[in-house]
Amino acid sequence: MMEILNDYGIVLAVIGAALAALIPGIASAKAVSKGGIAGAGIITENPSLFGKVLILQLLPGTQGIYGLIIAFITFSQIGVLGGSNDISFVKGLLYLAACIPIIIVGYTSAIRQCNAAISSMGILAKRPDQFGKAMIFPAMVETYAILATLISILAVNGVSGINI
Amino acid sequence: MKNKLHNSNSSDSGINPYSDVTVNNQFVNAVARIRFKELELLGKTDIESLMSCENEKECLQYLTDKGWGKEGDQTSEQILASEREKTWELLKELVKDISFFHTFLLGNDYHNLKAAIKQVYKGNDTPNVYIPNCTIDPDIIIQAVKEHDFSLLPEVMREAAEEAYQIQLRTGDSQLCDIVLDKAALDRIYSHGKASGNELISQYAELKVAAANINIAIRSVKTGKDEEFLRRALSECESLNIETLIQSALDGMDEIFNYLSTTVYSDGVPALKESAQAFERWCDNKIIEYIRPQKYNPFSLSPLAAYLLARENEIKTVRILLSGKRNDISDDIIRERLREMYV
Repeated sequence: MMEILNDYGIVLAVIGAALAALIPGIASAKAVSKGGIAGAGIITENPSLFGKVLILQLLPGTQGIYGLIIAFITFSQIGVLGGSNDISFVKGLLYLAACIPIIIVGYTSAIRQCNAAISSMGILAKRPDQFGKAMIFPAMVETYAILATLISILAVNGVSGINI
Repeated sequence: MKNKLHNSNSSDSGINPYSDVTVNNQFVNAVARIRFKELELLGKTDIESLMSCENEKECLQYLTDKGWGKEGDQTSEQILASEREKTWELLKELVKDISFFHTFLLGNDYHNLKAAIKQVYKGNDTPNVYIPNCTIDPDIIIQAVKEHDFSLLPEVMREAAEEAYQIQLRTGDSQLCDIVLDKAALDRIYSHGKASGNELISQYAELKVAAANINIAIRSVKTGKDEEFLRRALSECESLNIETLIQSALDGMDEIFNYLSTTVYSDGVPALKESAQAFERWCDNKIIEYIRPQKYNPFSLSPLAAYLLARENEIKTVRILLSGKRNDISDDIIRERLREMYV
């Protein structure tokens, strides 16, 4: 029974990596799109704010990149990009679990960061000179996406060293 | 006059256009643009500048310098009408489905219906009595009344239109005709506002109907109206118990004040004791109080509705100020009548 299950270890690990790229990527796409919609409203009224608005719009785009990094590391660890791909069922499950922080936090933080970025665009609209302060608010949300990325990187690397 | 805002799509159809989550995303762009437009609203310093003007002409010059009015506008009413027009043009540009704002326009439909019935009754054509910002083209209302074919109007208007028409043409009782249509308008505003699912619009509808009920009750005491009149004129709303209000009105002015002191309108009682104008000012300031948090809300329809109400408040304040300057009313008296500003 376990031998049959072990054939599916690689499947679980690939699912984890794919979701790590997919879910934060979708969230970032939605968030950047929403930020772009709000940004277009700002630019309609004041085109000179394009550079500042663009930075705010792109802030929630990083979660997609973090997801991509985790997926890439996972693929390289499980042999999809070359090397040994002998992954037991339990190890596959652990890879999947290691990807979960960036999957969940990546999705949530991208959406929340987008809302904060749009709120900051409101500050920019009324007080363009306060761009530094306006950028801090959405940037703070980034902290949690970075923490989740770090944990997923450590976990993926750690799982590869476990001999199960 | 052609109504540019005429739009058949309405929540009367049973579809709630506000509750859809995607609607919030839909307004993100519009709210971002509104943030810039809010910068152009008159603030306290502008009102002070207007107050320091010697006369109406100087005030108009100040407003023109601020970008008010359109080319060719001469009088204050033309400038104010242009500003209202600009507001609706902007909202039409920002929100494709203007039916989101019908709660604010339904009263104008009933005003136009009243005007049309009275014109038909008197057999004359007085110009400029119709309000252009409404949900039904005034020409359709005029046609419906002239041809006595109320099937041209939305179903929810037909019964009240027919009743008011019959009262006006058979009895000539303009006051009763007004009561029927005013109540129908309030009922419609209330149901539309509550069905919106938008808290701000719902609050607006509640205050609008409650304030109208309070004014009717006060006037009925002053003019000695009976219970039947009150039952015919008052509209149901959540914040007032109509039965208690009717009983209070029948018992006298003090009883109305006593009853209102137990409601959410207790703060308005001193204004009510002062005068009807003071109460109207209190209501307008209450609306500003409701909409003020929307300055910091980047999502949903609410900031747009708040902007619309802020513009209406601004236009009303400027009208009061210009009227005072035109009639050489002292600055102190003008200040007493001015409304609080949104920004």
